[in-house]
Amino acid sequence: MSLDKDQVQHIAMLARLRLADDEFAETVDKLSRIVDFVDQLSQAATDDVVPMAHPLNASQRLRADRVTETDRRDDIQENAPSVEGGLYLVPKVIE
Amino acid sequence: MSSPWEVVIGLEIHAQLATVSKIFSGASTAYGAEPNTQACLIDLGYPGVLPVLNEEAVRMACKFGLSVNATVARRSVFARKNYFYPDLPKGYQISQYELPIVENGELMITGGDGNQKRIGITRAHLEEDAGKSIHEGFGRSSGIDLNRAGTPLLEIVSEPDLRSAKEAIDYMRKIHTIVRYLGISDGNMQEGSFRCDANVSIRPSGESELGTRTEIKNLNSFRFVEKAINFEIERQIELIEDGGKVVQETRLYDSDRDETRSMRSKEEANDYRYFPDPDLLPIEIDDDYVEAVRATLPELPDAKQRRFVADYGLRQEDAGILVGTRAVADYFEAAAVATGAGAQIVANWVLGDLSAALNRDGLDIDGSRISPARLAGLLDRIDDNTISGKIAKEVFEALWAGEGTADEIIDKKGLRQITDAAAIEAVVDEIIAANPTQVADYQSGKDKLIGFFVGQVMKATGGKANPGQVNAILKDKLGSA
Amino acid sequence: MSQDLHTLTLTQLAAGLGNGDYSSVQLTEALLARIASLDKTLNAFVTVTADAALAAARRADESRAAGKGGVLNGLPVVHKDIFCTRGVLTTCGSRMLENFVAPYDATIVERLNAAGAVVLGKTNMDEFAMGSSNETSYFGPVRNPWDLERSPGGSSGGSAAAVAARFAPAATGTDTGGSIRQPAALTGTVGLKPTYGRVSRYGMIAFASSLDQAGVITRSTEDAALLLGVMAGLDERDSTSIDHPVPDYVDALSGPIDGLRVGVVRQHFDAGLDEKCAAAVREALAVLEARGAVLTEVDLPNLDLSVPTYYVVAPAECSSNLSRFDGIRFGHRADNPEDLLDLYCRSRGEGFGAEVKRRIMTGTYVLSAGYYDAYYLKAQQVRQLIADDFKKAFAEVDVIAGPTSPTPAFKLGDKTDDPITMYLNDIYTIGANLAGLPALSTPCGFVEGLPVGLHLVGPHFGEAALLRCSHHYEQETDWHTACPESYR
Repeated sequence: MSLDKDQVQHIAMLARLRLADDEFAETVDKLSRIVDFVDQLSQAATDDVVPMAHPLNASQRLRADRVTETDRRDDIQENAPSVEGGLYLVPKVIE
Repeated sequence: MSSPWEVVIGLEIHAQLATVSKIFSGASTAYGAEPNTQACLIDLGYPGVLPVLNEEAVRMACKFGLSVNATVARRSVFARKNYFYPDLPKGYQISQYELPIVENGELMITGGDGNQKRIGITRAHLEEDAGKSIHEGFGRSSGIDLNRAGTPLLEIVSEPDLRSAKEAIDYMRKIHTIVRYLGISDGNMQEGSFRCDANVSIRPSGESELGTRTEIKNLNSFRFVEKAINFEIERQIELIEDGGKVVQETRLYDSDRDETRSMRSKEEANDYRYFPDPDLLPIEIDDDYVEAVRATLPELPDAKQRRFVADYGLRQEDAGILVGTRAVADYFEAAAVATGAGAQIVANWVLGDLSAALNRDGLDIDGSRISPARLAGLLDRIDDNTISGKIAKEVFEALWAGEGTADEIIDKKGLRQITDAAAIEAVVDEIIAANPTQVADYQSGKDKLIGFFVGQVMKATGGKANPGQVNAILKDKLGSA
Repeated sequence: MSQDLHTLTLTQLAAGLGNGDYSSVQLTEALLARIASLDKTLNAFVTVTADAALAAARRADESRAAGKGGVLNGLPVVHKDIFCTRGVLTTCGSRMLENFVAPYDATIVERLNAAGAVVLGKTNMDEFAMGSSNETSYFGPVRNPWDLERSPGGSSGGSAAAVAARFAPAATGTDTGGSIRQPAALTGTVGLKPTYGRVSRYGMIAFASSLDQAGVITRSTEDAALLLGVMAGLDERDSTSIDHPVPDYVDALSGPIDGLRVGVVRQHFDAGLDEKCAAAVREALAVLEARGAVLTEVDLPNLDLSVPTYYVVAPAECSSNLSRFDGIRFGHRADNPEDLLDLYCRSRGEGFGAEVKRRIMTGTYVLSAGYYDAYYLKAQQVRQLIADDFKKAFAEVDVIAGPTSPTPAFKLGDKTDDPITMYLNDIYTIGANLAGLPALSTPCGFVEGLPVGLHLVGPHFGEAALLRCSHHYEQETDWHTACPESYR
């Protein structure tokens, strides 16, 4: 196994995913296989190769600074699981 | 003076850019709207939506870069900073990481020793602001308002060149002045448009390695920055002198208790997993663009201050205060050009009576009830002896109340100064005749009594007699003491 | 009115509607009836929008009567359920979006609507487009009309099955690593993935932003050309869409292919490719040669690395793209969360299926501190090598031809145990996504009664040549007109 349980637990936490117990064991196995598989990249000779972040060699187009959106809060919030007074509710955030 | 500890401070200032729409969407950035009414699908991170960059945000960042003598990157890249938080709708913040738009800037402040000191600006990058969590009023829940999400920010990162809370404040004020001069941020600290994080560490004097730093988050007033840094310096010194160690952590300043405290980070250490945002392409800027932006730059505070001293002969400190706000400097200059009374007089009035009146009525210079031209009109009448300085205060109040121009007020109220020597002599004769005891005392050596006689004459003339003439005539008539 | 409207292609239907042989309402009713009776077993749809479709058909008939209407006026299409459709459920095949009603239309939905298209419904797909078999859908797998025990491929499996089963003449799809072309190959349909940036991604729920591209699945190359002309072009709402002129793709079909240089990739016929599939592809190449194309061998030396590269880049982007599904503004939210962390972890743990979670975790891992350089950065470098390989090849040839998929349709459940076996299915298609190239798959024969696809790849914005090559091939063969027996 290229990944151990603790590593998988850490990744799941970073990704905010709760896995059921049986799911967790399977994930350790399958993720390890995926990581082993992509490890073959290490053999590629890539000295001096500029990483390619994008398929096309283009630059960013800019938009004019204009207000084009109107208020659609009530319409949009029909998809929200929990709202009150126009605010989205979450369990209390403690700092 | 010779503390065994040297303080090292770096500031990360977040200035909200004064665009009308957000950095990646067409939603309004106006402050104070009903919750979530200015959060469009893009700001909310709805499935399928994409960001498109606001050109004005790029121009503003470029303006700032040129104003602090920085390099404006010909190619810069947006990256995603990944973390989960309810006020961060997409689960990542679009920011700039490896290739920011502005690098290697600088500005000068007055250092602790009174000399000019260079503070390096490592970088300034564009990013989007997050929303706000509201913790009161929802029982066991917090409410999330995403109106602010997506508002453009310029994060300005200084080198760790600051050596005291005072230097930090001076630097921050200077940045504040610059962004307002450029019109790229309203700098409104109450509304959170201008705020900073302070990185503070200490090290033994003479040491070159940096000590472990703490980061104090979200300071939104100059006073809090000063207090928080001073508290933190004391805390770190005590900690180390007691044999402890500073822990690298994020701390929060509590203004009610005037202390900083650790933000309980119950999570794992941050791992933001930055990578280039594939929804946005590199920003490419050419020399023509940069030069076109440079051509639009206003005169900046330092240059203006030098010019006010050189061209108007102002005192260095007065010029410094005047240029602190671009509108005040403009007011001063408009009045100075319009009057023959002399620029230093104008500065005295702007920094004195006018500032006091503005303060009293809670106005800023744009709300002044007296235009530069009317102030100039008043100062001209002092200069040509039409009114005395004392009467001028009365005229100023009438100007403030909107009763007309200085000339109209002087005429209407009959405030013109009496400069006719015969008329003044007549009054002086009356006063001398009516106060034989004081005359005798004066003539026997109590020369301070001159003030009494002047007061009596002024009283009798309703303050309108020219004080210089009154003095001269009195001395002449009373003979030397 | 003919009983066989469902057998006609878009181009044929456009002519029939134009001649007044039937109305759009009649056509729409016929297809809706077919879907209602036949889709229970196939499971190609997540949502059928019958009422809206009939209303749109009526409007189309009215505008036609008034002498108006766009190029697709009254023509039925279906959308992959990854495209946002205003007021209509948009699930992306996930429990996470089981109840999500999009408040806006994707740009391509808007463009097809504006051209007069009638949308019959939203098609099933692998969850968030992550899969090659349609088995990761929360709404159950789609079955292949050629053999109900088999997968139609994925992730646009519902779209491919719907077109193959004659539920609709055309469907939209998305392709991140082969998700249009592989299901097209496995269902005997034509699948086109345009150049990255050719078609707007706005309103298409993102899987991997630098690889995703919208395209179409049809029953003829001509139909694909017709639809591409409507969908393509700059969109101000997508920073990555490119301002490049849109030619008349239908017009471009008729040009000759005499002298067209067709590259055959040495590595394509290595072990891994089913021998009978290889034979079908070789036969197709011979057909092209007979029509005047010149076959040339080309080299793609880093082909083997394309799959591992993809399985770093795509998960990395997806791990970030899917962070917005947090149970707060839309989507699944866990009941009674204890605290904020619990809200996140359970909403996401419950809302996402196993494959999606694996990819999110893979992506989180390759971007995390200490692994970024070894995986993500390395993969972006290899990606550049792969793009360079294609660039070199296209200096010598106009089109690269080969197999779309290493095998014909496989049985449902056959490849679900080992993620790697499933991933290797995309070996021939992934390169085009990594390099942003246009590519299509067109039917080129059968192996044991199952369709096989011919894969064509072109240089950036080379869609017209690809379509022309495929169209010529279809003039010589009738594989693309074959229909599964139960769906005639």
